Amino acid sequence: MIKYVYGLLIVLVLQLCLGCSSKNVAQSDQLYYDIGAHQGIEKLVDAFVQRIVKDKAILPYFAKSSVKHFKQGFINHLCGVVNGPCKYNGDSMIDIHTGMNINEADFNRVVELLIEAMEDVDISYQSQNKILVKLAVLRPEIIKI
Amino acid sequence: MLSFANGKLLATPGVSQVEGSGGGGLVPWAQLAGYATEDEIAFSAFCSQANVKDFQLNNCGGQVNFYDRLEFSFAKQNLQVDPLSLTLSQEILGLKVRLYGDLVYSTWPQLSVGIQHKSLSTADVAFSLGAQDDTGTDIYLAASKLHLGLLAGYNVLWNATARYTKANEMGLLGFGGPQGNGALQTEMSVLVLLNKHLAVGTEYRHKPDNLGLGEDDWQDIFVAWFPNKHLNVTLAYLDLGTIAALTDQKGWYLSLSGSY
Repeated sequence: MIKYVYGLLIVLVLQLCLGCSSKNVAQSDQLYYDIGAHQGIEKLVDAFVQRIVKDKAILPYFAKSSVKHFKQGFINHLCGVVNGPCKYNGDSMIDIHTGMNINEADFNRVVELLIEAMEDVDISYQSQNKILVKLAVLRPEIIKI
Repeated sequence: MLSFANGKLLATPGVSQVEGSGGGGLVPWAQLAGYATEDEIAFSAFCSQANVKDFQLNNCGGQVNFYDRLEFSFAKQNLQVDPLSLTLSQEILGLKVRLYGDLVYSTWPQLSVGIQHKSLSTADVAFSLGAQDDTGTDIYLAASKLHLGLLAGYNVLWNATARYTKANEMGLLGFGGPQGNGALQTEMSVLVLLNKHLAVGTEYRHKPDNLGLGEDDWQDIFVAWFPNKHLNVTLAYLDLGTIAALTDQKGWYLSLSGSY
């Protein structure tokens, strides 16, 4: 039985890998359209802000920020991250988070809020992970600084 | 500071391993049990049962994770040997230290080193089969990494462990024997997260044959369900090969664990 399942898994992995390699031609904007393009990103950032506002641990980090400024910045940032037709011209991640001294637990909590927001606006699990992997590399520019 | 350990993403710590360490079902992983991050402590407890053709393994234990750096673990295993109507028991104390990295975020895999100290309380059977000792200590090095979205958007987690051990059938048949007295064994786990609550995967664990009874490598395929950060249910199909010269030991494994 285990050998049979291995066989199935190998076939599945090969198919998935063929699928992804043909789609992933240099900097494809597929993900941008998968999550509903600019309108989808605006909806996501709105949902994210709603989640943050309700979270007692995370909200204090935003005490000094303007909601409008944050939304606009994050929409542009996300749009660029998923290879959409936008360019983020705001402050660097390091400039924004310096002095906040964000710990691992709070960082992970914000990741969870973003996942919940993506669920709120019906972004598929696969697209969620593709967004997270692009944001994950920014972690050293965000925590403990 | 003691706070509710909640700082990790769902499912990323894995489950309770059969010898009590945080890991997969068979293999100790580089992750520490529970959801503790750098300033949290996590407590976990588990019970599991494995039913194969001629044996039933009942197992309970727990782990404490200090600050995602140090894991203490305990397990008590009772193995019923159906053809002989007897039970073999051992206790295992474990210690694991995270040396480097974060499963999800570091460039290189998370790396941990650990020991499992095993004391067999029913040593007669082991000695009669040729075992040299009724206690033994395994030492292992584990590397683990979660790749976000690797497989068409699905997260993939793998773990590789190298273990130095003298144990026969994990220690339930003692330690060392006429055919060997300590060797390095490799163990491997791979899983895919189908969504944030559900993982499917497989494990392979090489084992020595110190007693010359045809002791086989172990393998399984499993489904692990994480409804929330406090509860995990794991179901596995086991292929344990030959145990104590009894061939074709296949069957099912169920594990329940809780975390706080």
